[in-house]
Amino acid sequence: MAGEATKQLTSKELWGGKRSPFSISYGKMMMWFFLISDALTFTGFLSALAFMRVYYADVWPITENIFYHFPFFHHTELPLLYVAFMTFILIISSVTMVLAVEAGHRMDKKGVTMWLFLTVLGGAVFLGSQAWEWSTFIEGSDHGAYDLGDGTMGRILNEEGAFEYEGVTYEGTVIQLRNRTIADAELTADLKANGRVVKGANLIENEYGLPLYADFFFFITGFHGTHVLSGVLINFLILLRVRKGEFEETGHYEMVEKVGLYWHFIDLVWVFVFTFFYLV
Amino acid sequence: MKRDDIIEYSLYNHHSEEEGVKKRKEIYKVTIILSVITFIEVTMGIVFGKALFLDNQAVWDLIKIAYIGLTVVKAAYIILVFMHLGEERKAIRWIILAPYLFFLLYLLFFILVEAGADTHI
Repeated sequence: MAGEATKQLTSKELWGGKRSPFSISYGKMMMWFFLISDALTFTGFLSALAFMRVYYADVWPITENIFYHFPFFHHTELPLLYVAFMTFILIISSVTMVLAVEAGHRMDKKGVTMWLFLTVLGGAVFLGSQAWEWSTFIEGSDHGAYDLGDGTMGRILNEEGAFEYEGVTYEGTVIQLRNRTIADAELTADLKANGRVVKGANLIENEYGLPLYADFFFFITGFHGTHVLSGVLINFLILLRVRKGEFEETGHYEMVEKVGLYWHFIDLVWVFVFTFFYLV
Repeated sequence: MKRDDIIEYSLYNHHSEEEGVKKRKEIYKVTIILSVITFIEVTMGIVFGKALFLDNQAVWDLIKIAYIGLTVVKAAYIILVFMHLGEERKAIRWIILAPYLFFLLYLLFFILVEAGADTHI
């Protein structure tokens, strides 16, 4: 920050008492300390995910085969694009938040109100997207998948009639294996007779592969989503206080800065979730 | 009783219109950087599908390291510019970063050495 934190002071002046050696207010420091502990929780989750992902490397589901849906575009496969959109929304709402903080430093009430409102809006869009993503994942694909018995699943692309896949026309049951080949007639006939069909995902079963994958998905995105929900609510409450002109009276908008730290942290966590859950 | 010996640090954070213009310029610059990095990541995700590299671990490892590198760059911009940590005093900066980094290394040590995950990487 401009001001106190950049002022040239000797260490004797800084640490000699009667002032914060960090030139930072109590509330902001405590927010940072809370964020460290929260960051450690997420680090724990993500390192557990990393470990399991490597441990089950041979059967771990491939994200592009799971998150290929896009709202309003049925039956088109657009892998990762909607998650990318969600990431972008969160980054933009982080930008509007930092602009709200900047407006606060100029005591620009109108600016803070506008940017904070857009931040709340961005957060709400993200939450809605996540709810949609969850319901799509829980519901599963159109036909479900066969349990192949080796920890992987064969997604059923077609049950009857002709089916065209990557330039080749198939007849009857067509399943997609983990390495994206189409199963031969013998295997599908056997599966049709004795196979078990799993549809959708929950904490016990997962049509896309390892149930552990679904567990991690619900846990990590759920824990992050809970943070987004509380972040949106807190931002909204602060927005009401800004509108009432409370901070005009206090003489500074530090409250916006503090909730801003929390909001940026949510974006920061999502950046890592995006990489470690969806990309890697 | 109102104390007059307490410094209100938040009051010093105010800046003028001209400084605001400069700050906003930086914010927009970082926005573009973050968007471009995200775009690169998503493009990589679509072009280098994981299924293509199931039998080619060495190439996939390189792509993985590239993803992690890009993510760390993004994280650094968010922490240092958006969260203003780059503008705080050195002491508080390290009080915030050092304990976290210490525990991060501790966890990585567990995963890589103790759990034997390195044999797969």
